Amino acid sequence: MTNEHPQTATQPAASAHTPAASPNPAALRELLLALADDEFIFGFANSEWTGIAPVLEEDIAFSSLAQDELGHARALYELAAALSGTTADALAYGRPPEGFRCAQLVERPRGDWAYSVMRQFLYDTADAVRLHSLRASSYAPLAQTVAGIVREEKYHLLHGQTWLARLAEGGTEARARQAAAFDALWADALALFEPVEGEDLLLAAGVLAEPWAALQQRWIGQLEEPLRRYGLPFPFEEQGALWHPLVAPAYGGRRGLRSPSFQPLYDTITSVYRIDPGAQW
Amino acid sequence: MTTLSEDAIWSTLAEVPDPELPHISLVDLGVILRVELDAPARRARVLLMPTFLGCPALQLMREQIAERLALLGLDAQVEVTMEQIWTSDRISESGRSKLAAAGIAPPAPNSTASGHSALIPLLESARCPHCGSRDTTMESLFGPTLCRAIAHCRSCRQPFEQFKPI
Repeated sequence: MTNEHPQTATQPAASAHTPAASPNPAALRELLLALADDEFIFGFANSEWTGIAPVLEEDIAFSSLAQDELGHARALYELAAALSGTTADALAYGRPPEGFRCAQLVERPRGDWAYSVMRQFLYDTADAVRLHSLRASSYAPLAQTVAGIVREEKYHLLHGQTWLARLAEGGTEARARQAAAFDALWADALALFEPVEGEDLLLAAGVLAEPWAALQQRWIGQLEEPLRRYGLPFPFEEQGALWHPLVAPAYGGRRGLRSPSFQPLYDTITSVYRIDPGAQW
Repeated sequence: MTTLSEDAIWSTLAEVPDPELPHISLVDLGVILRVELDAPARRARVLLMPTFLGCPALQLMREQIAERLALLGLDAQVEVTMEQIWTSDRISESGRSKLAAAGIAPPAPNSTASGHSALIPLLESARCPHCGSRDTTMESLFGPTLCRAIAHCRSCRQPFEQFKPI
């Protein structure tokens, strides 16, 4: 996925910004892989619409979304690779399926159009929440990379927002498919905020500014208004100051638990690498 | 061989076109953060800021910079940096004029307006590069490259491309 020369690595100098409590390397790796794998696998999933989207603009949109996500994945894999002296390619293509730390949301089959666009809406709103929090990370290379990613995020948000409205204001079939998509998506989407292994260590070192449970609450709070405005189900109950989901999150992805749909996707993504890991393009 | 100076390097870089927007140079685009010259060793270090992180032109930019500086007799190391984050506000005035002349609306300044929800970012309407009207609509947030969107002008009824503000 990258043709960077090792002697001109693109990582910012970490040494200049070493925080007081240096982060636990294993926990940091878990975090970086969770973020990178989400973007990598979601980018791949979005690229499945290239050539077959319902209208040309959406063909271009999903292809561009995919390209953005793969660019973000590369930047994040390079941070993870620098920790262990490996390469972004080796991380993206050279790990076994159980080595992936993505949420299961991103590995599901693309489903119908309503499922894909509402998945994009939920993923990118959640991603925006965590990215904004990560800008305050004490791990400078991550904070810098996230600052670069955040700039591009508004176009993803606008795209998702547009389709939320378009389906909600559409005909009976559009509304029915949108409602079915949300029903199928909630458990997986909530699991985007499944804590990574070692979250307490990352919080102590300031690598994470906030627990992911708090980010999940913020995200739910942000969704309330648009979902209620369009009369869509909002499956949460207010309990004290917290939102309690009425759907159980499908956790496990961050621990490497892969759903059956991951294997065929993995086989496709890694097919060239498995033939020739050192191939030059 | 001419006398080497950092100014000479900047002048050379001002002639290297953006691979995807050849109407403007890398200096117009504002992606060169810093140039460091070691004149006695005839070596230079150029720090390049990525635009969109998935932009495939980045590698090409690095190669073209190294090739052009080699013509000055310099061994150039081109490094991609996140030390400072590029935004479309870094495009120079001359770059903006050249984009408009090529029919691509330059990006509106990044809005610092408050009062909008985190979920609903603001996009200012672009000025039509054909007739100058502000009565334009965004047709597609995504276009032929990651940095361009497709807009439509209600006044002259022409479609046009817009450099996306980021």
